[in-house]
Amino acid sequence: MAKPKLKEHHINRDWCKGCGICVEFCPKKVLELDKQDKVVAVHFTNCICCKLCELRCPDLAIEIETEL
Amino acid sequence: MAIKDYIRERFFPHIWCPGCGHGMVLNALLRAFEDLAISKNEIVMVSGIGCSARISGYVDVHTLHTIHGRALAFATGVKMSRPELNLIVPMGDGDALAIGGNHFIHAARRNIDITAIVMNNRIYGMTGGQYSPLSGYGTLATTAPFINIDHAFDVVELAKAAGATFVARTTTYHVKQMSELFKEAILREGFSVIEVLTQCPTYFGRKNKAGSAVDMVKSFKDNTTPVGSKAKLESPGLIERGIFVQKDLPEYTREYDKVIERAMKKR
Amino acid sequence: MNGTLKFVQGNEACVEGALYAGLKFFAGYPITPSTEIAESLAYRLPQIGGKFIQMEDEIGSMCAIIGASLTGSKVMTATSGPGFSLMQEALGYAIMAEIPCVIANVQRGGPSTGLATRGAQGDVMQSRWGTHGDHAIVVMTASNNQDVFNITIEAFNVAETYRTPVILLFDEVMGHTRERLIVPEKDEIPLVERLRTSVKGGVDYHPYLPREDGRLPMSDFGGVHRYNVTGLYHDMWGFPSENPAVVDGLIHHLTDKIRNNVHTITQYKEYFIEDARTILISYGSTARSALHHVLNRRKRGEYIGLLELQTLWPFHGDLIREKCKNAELVVVTEMNLGQLYRQVKIAVDHPERVFLANRVDGVFITPTDIKNMLRLIQGRGV
Ligand SMILES: Cc1ncc(C[n+]2csc(CCOP(=O)(O)OP(=O)(O)O)c2C)c(N)n1
Ligand code: SF4
Ligand code: SF4
Ligand code: SF4
Repeated sequence: MAKPKLKEHHINRDWCKGCGICVEFCPKKVLELDKQDKVVAVHFTNCICCKLCELRCPDLAIEIETEL
Repeated sequence: MAIKDYIRERFFPHIWCPGCGHGMVLNALLRAFEDLAISKNEIVMVSGIGCSARISGYVDVHTLHTIHGRALAFATGVKMSRPELNLIVPMGDGDALAIGGNHFIHAARRNIDITAIVMNNRIYGMTGGQYSPLSGYGTLATTAPFINIDHAFDVVELAKAAGATFVARTTTYHVKQMSELFKEAILREGFSVIEVLTQCPTYFGRKNKAGSAVDMVKSFKDNTTPVGSKAKLESPGLIERGIFVQKDLPEYTREYDKVIERAMKKR
Repeated sequence: MNGTLKFVQGNEACVEGALYAGLKFFAGYPITPSTEIAESLAYRLPQIGGKFIQMEDEIGSMCAIIGASLTGSKVMTATSGPGFSLMQEALGYAIMAEIPCVIANVQRGGPSTGLATRGAQGDVMQSRWGTHGDHAIVVMTASNNQDVFNITIEAFNVAETYRTPVILLFDEVMGHTRERLIVPEKDEIPLVERLRTSVKGGVDYHPYLPREDGRLPMSDFGGVHRYNVTGLYHDMWGFPSENPAVVDGLIHHLTDKIRNNVHTITQYKEYFIEDARTILISYGSTARSALHHVLNRRKRGEYIGLLELQTLWPFHGDLIREKCKNAELVVVTEMNLGQLYRQVKIAVDHPERVFLANRVDGVFITPTDIKNMLRLIQGRGV
């Protein structure tokens, strides 16, 4: 199976509560919290599309879109 | 269907605190629904009262938000009269095992086909941090300002002894396992109990100096081990997670069909 | 009236009425003197494909019938004082969430375990105000098996019409009195069936938006409409709301739907009221003795009549006032310390003419008791 390729991190800033869970448990340290405590995919080129951030977010605020 | 198709988007962002584990349970449950591709009309979610119980408001299925501790009794009525429906009952630890303890053991004993999820944050979140029957000896709570001298239930042992035919435990760190367990429980016929160790950073975390939500989730990683692992022998303090019971016994509503059959012969 | 003649206990008459009305689900917990209702339904319900379950307590029983009602079934539970006390929280839920259901309370002496095998009528006020918060409730009773049968059917009809719990307030004496009962042919007594919404799947359905006539069409759990049911104040979709306008609207809807229909809901029987100078007011088993006494005295030319209430709540004060307006003496006969008596006093034009003839010692009030108490009240000595 080909590795999924990242298309976009969809971050719902209205829903994100800045808990930092996705940031902490991202294996590639792709994510960071900005000044407003909302998550941003700063190092998105490192993303391996494991979707752990999406699966763990308590607020359903982050979604990984991959290219098919 | 995407997971967003299973939620009532207009109520988001939800009411839970930042980092509350209840949202992670919701997340994993939605993924289980999505993977199973169950029709929303076939699911009835019944909850009691507590932060955890608010989960029912967010899921676009038939939802019954009831009274504290009694969700399983309501669910029993729904299931008895419409056995073809899929009953999911998420409960807080106080909801399930303090005020609702009696309904819990009796629903398990009957082996009625319900998926019971115990969202165990070891505290009463909604009422502001009082100890629950799962807080455990030595913890602190607003009602245990010096030390909690109440011993905790072991949900797995309790469910086993009461007769549940599927018993599992996982944590909010192990979200993939959580989804898988939910799926198995939903597909199985009989009373299933999944205990999810989840974090209440706001009350349990603060009272017990357990750190942030992130720290608490990390501790679930560090303090648990797969059921039957060697690590448990070396460090007996580790909490086991995984499937503890999985057995096929006649399900209650099917058994009642036999009662109907017998009764009809006697007409 | 065509039908099947039976010789049964009051509790069984209640069962016959419930089955006639279309009962499909019963959850209960044994307690004297109501147990025969559960026992009989454990036998009868599966015979018609219905469901019976003995729950772990009365709280669970009340919750289970609410759950079952939401799937579209006609449901019922039965209990007595201690169990009725346990049901109060879930009863309030049924009021708030507007769930049709019937609760039979075969009264025994209270408080607490009280007098398990003796009659009493001490739960009149509990049935009205047992659950917390402002609310309205329908409470019905009867004094002979045929009426127990009929009023049980009526209870189901009222529950469906107004989407409300209805309490059948029987008592030990009624529950255990054996007498004849004619179960009419099917269709002889009209039944109210669940009003279901005609809104199609995919179209916005408002489970809590009353129609113009005040009724709320339901959609069964498992059907095409997915909505929320909660004991919190809620909007027309059933979702929690603390909006003052929503809260105010809902509490008034819940109470008005009963209060505004007191005329339609109220059932009573009257005997010789027209020219009566003394009016007895009674209900349940006590009304049997009252009637006996009235018939006796009428034979001797005494101007005495009986107003037998079958609907206790909502309390139809206007009816009482009207019936009692020419009476020189109004005597309320009941097996408690005056729970209905106080209501009657408030309702009539001349409260000073209202007296209480009661017993609270677990002994059934006989016609002789009534005769003696009337003599005392009238200052004639015993
Ligand atoms: C009969 C009754 N008693 C007490 C309460 C108050 N109450 C609401 S939620 C709750 C406990 C919540 O704790 P838990 O069930 O563990 O859920 P959490 O909020 O932690 O998710 C209590 C005691 C109530 N609603 N009803
Ligand atoms: S886990 Fe979700 S809520 Fe928390 S910081 Fe990440 S995106 Fe925001
Ligand atoms: S998909 Fe995986 S690698 Fe990419 S941001 Fe999320 S957690 Fe990090
Ligand atoms: S109080 Fe605790 S359980 Fe309740 S929402 Fe906040 S973190 Fe979650």
